[in-house]
Amino acid sequence: MEQYPRRLLTVVTEAVLERDLLGELEALGVRGYTITDARGRGSRGTRQSDWAQDGNIRIEIVCEPALAARVAARLRERYYDHYAMILFMQDVSVLRPEKF
Amino acid sequence: MTGIDPVICFFIFGIAAGLARADLRLPGAIYEFVSTVLLLAIGLKGGVELARDTGGMPLVELAGVLSIGLLLPLPVFAIARMIGRLSRADSASLAAHYGSVSVGTFAVVMGYLTTRGIPYEARAPVWVVLLEVPAILVGILLARGISKDVAWDKLARELLLGRSIVLLLGGLAIGWVSGPEGTQSIQPFFFGLFKGILSLFLLEMGLIAASHLPTLRRHGLFIAGFGLVMPLLGAGVGILVGLLLGLSTGGTTVLATLAASASYIAAPAAIRTAVPEANPALSLTASLAVTFPFNIIFGIPLYQQLAVSLHG
Repeated sequence: MEQYPRRLLTVVTEAVLERDLLGELEALGVRGYTITDARGRGSRGTRQSDWAQDGNIRIEIVCEPALAARVAARLRERYYDHYAMILFMQDVSVLRPEKF
Repeated sequence: MTGIDPVICFFIFGIAAGLARADLRLPGAIYEFVSTVLLLAIGLKGGVELARDTGGMPLVELAGVLSIGLLLPLPVFAIARMIGRLSRADSASLAAHYGSVSVGTFAVVMGYLTTRGIPYEARAPVWVVLLEVPAILVGILLARGISKDVAWDKLARELLLGRSIVLLLGGLAIGWVSGPEGTQSIQPFFFGLFKGILSLFLLEMGLIAASHLPTLRRHGLFIAGFGLVMPLLGAGVGILVGLLLGLSTGGTTVLATLAASASYIAAPAAIRTAVPEANPALSLTASLAVTFPFNIIFGIPLYQQLAVSLHG
């Protein structure tokens, strides 16, 4: 079975940013993503998911490495200063390259 | 006196359980559900009453209520900036929170007046709709000026289509169209269970308020004092406007409570995206951990007393 390399970009950030971020991703050409509610602890304290106001979300995007880099650069420039946000990238393999 | 209202006891219970770090959490979906039912019930109740007597709302009342939302943020901003020595962004954020309103507090004052058989203007839910958004826009204006960086049209659209406004207006419309008889079949759920649903809501609010209390220690005395003094200032303005508009004693109490209350849903979300450099914990802690408990436990009875004695 043939496998194709792609990048998995994971963003964990404030739920309140969801709408803004999705607009941003679309504009950058991201075709698909998965969002889950998340909670955890970091430099900005504990963030619960049981109340939308305090909640975090995790956005996962599988795409070409170049696009992942563009998204990461854009998010860093626009959100890192004032929002709780981390992002990281991993190499992954997919079976249907045309989807990603 | 008939003892403390059980609804308020649920709130205190929530705070106590939260502070004790008890293993108690309502799932997020329950909070969403409970607040949805409350908003619809408040809207429906207003709509049903409006269908009964079509007095409508005088224009001068519309202007009076709107002016609270537009002007109240200004002294709040000045106090935060001059006495609190907070940054412009933080002061503007507080101005938006304290100029806007809390529907949870409104639900409690509604329950308070209903239990005591004190009548108030049926159109009161419309005041909530009028008061929620203007102060948030003024707050953003105070932080940003008339800046091109802010997408005002998009922002206004998002605010006006916010959950609480849509549900309140939807409830009002359905109640008004269906009238007292038409809504009979849904009254047991929305009106009969109102206090029970409100109890669950306040239990959750108690847990949330408790989780914000530790932040209070970090922000010191000013924020605690601010959270106690601002509702008194707001209530004073609300009572004054209520008297000038010739509202009933109950209506004056409601308007005072609304002006005293601070937003913890619409304002934080809007300010977070429009004024990112403001510290969100500061405004939310003042609003949620200080002002909300103060208003529902001590404020509402006090504002009602004041409204009664000033009505003469």
